[in-house]
Amino acid sequence: MSKNGTAESNGHGEVGSFKVKVGLAQMLKGGVIMDVVTPEQAQIAEEAGAVAVMALERVPADIRVQGGVARMSDPGMIKEIIQSVSIPVMAKARIGHFVEAQILEAIGVDYIDESEVLTPADEEHHIYKHPFKVPFVCGCRNLGEALRRIGEGAAMIRTKGEAGTGDVVEAVRHARAVLGEIRHLQLMPDEELMAYAKNIGAPYALVRETKELGRLPVVNFAAGGIATPADAALMMQIGVDGVFVGSGIFKSGDPAQRAKAIVQATTHYNNPEILAKVSENLGEPMVGINVSSLDEKEQLAVRGW
Amino acid sequence: MKIGVLALQGAFIEHIKMLRGLGVEAVEVRLLQDLQDLDGLIIPGGESTTIGKLAVMYDLMEPLRQFAAEKAMWGTCAGMIFMAKEIGNGSAGRDQPLLGIMDIEVERNAFGRQVDSFETGLNVAVFHNGNGSPFPAVFIRAPRLVAAKGKARVIATLDDGTAVAAQQGKWLVTSFHPELTHDARFHQYFLQLVAGSDR
Repeated sequence: MSKNGTAESNGHGEVGSFKVKVGLAQMLKGGVIMDVVTPEQAQIAEEAGAVAVMALERVPADIRVQGGVARMSDPGMIKEIIQSVSIPVMAKARIGHFVEAQILEAIGVDYIDESEVLTPADEEHHIYKHPFKVPFVCGCRNLGEALRRIGEGAAMIRTKGEAGTGDVVEAVRHARAVLGEIRHLQLMPDEELMAYAKNIGAPYALVRETKELGRLPVVNFAAGGIATPADAALMMQIGVDGVFVGSGIFKSGDPAQRAKAIVQATTHYNNPEILAKVSENLGEPMVGINVSSLDEKEQLAVRGW
Repeated sequence: MKIGVLALQGAFIEHIKMLRGLGVEAVEVRLLQDLQDLDGLIIPGGESTTIGKLAVMYDLMEPLRQFAAEKAMWGTCAGMIFMAKEIGNGSAGRDQPLLGIMDIEVERNAFGRQVDSFETGLNVAVFHNGNGSPFPAVFIRAPRLVAAKGKARVIATLDDGTAVAAQQGKWLVTSFHPELTHDARFHQYFLQLVAGSDR
């Protein structure tokens, strides 16, 4: 981590710039990022065509069942996963826990997920992400939350959904919220942008940039509840750049087969014949929880400010 | 002129936007039939293992080799790995499908992990005989060229001599990502190779 966020050189060129942070996310587009808890699972994910793995001790479905405080995973376990695959490895830090983030940067993870799936360490402030050389991905439920995270330095956004449920309804709600607000913003006359930025609690400059681009200034994946190839293709057709699949793969009956099918569905998301074919004979999906049966305090997506 | 961009995974939209900005027709290629009528193909950055596995699953390996035998092809980053004949020692050693077209040996993640990804200005000899402004090169968990063999020749190196771009006839490879910049010189250079391959 550089002290002040200014450029650092590694002898070849400038490292840790926003461009190279966003650049890695651009390389992950059209791909599937899979939660794994062991090196063996990481290799299954890589073999199935995952673009990256998220190394963690417990998948969200287990965190939900077991309860307690969910923290950053053991760095030793994350390093084993790093050594077991050639694709990028991500890991989660608690919201606001910048020391967990420093540790993850020190062991060489490729992306940090400042994640609502873990128990928040700070109920007012997220990590100030700009000074880190490692890029961050953060969750959001709407445009304001996305742009606040980008303002703090997030180089990639994922809509939150509701992790560990296998119910795609919240992933759809959050993706539609972000994309719908961007469409609304594009029609807005410039004189209304300041009041809009104030209302959604977003930095004005990023509101302007989003309007001009017609999309978020960084890559936007969907997460939280994706369990089938059809779920992944649904999110892609709604307009996200790629998908995270957490509990959906390794909590299912045949993880290798399901992982492969979700990868194919994310590439061929607009081809119903291929989607039909890859959806055949996948065995049992993860056992789901209806999000509507959860109390608000049981929902992970409400964490984040 | 019609250029395809392999759209199995990765930063294909950035290439398509760059090509359309140059007034060229550009299309996404996911299946065999998408290769028809193309004058050239770009294999974008992404994860080379993912792109390779999807190309195998959808029976694209042999058609892509046949395409390259006649037409221009350009691989950026993952695309460079995919086009190489050899992956050198030091790359994580599991099997990954390669087109094996170009006489080059590459090393994956040759500069380290994401915290080592970097930007730098690159002098490229083929632009204005090397007298143009440096090309803004973005390296993301990038591979390097270990060796260019046979008719492949290195066309750009870092200050320390590390080879990062090569050409072999109408085939081009770059370790870095011109599609992430606003500098269209590499895309224009590729279009010249495409035009040459029409003759």
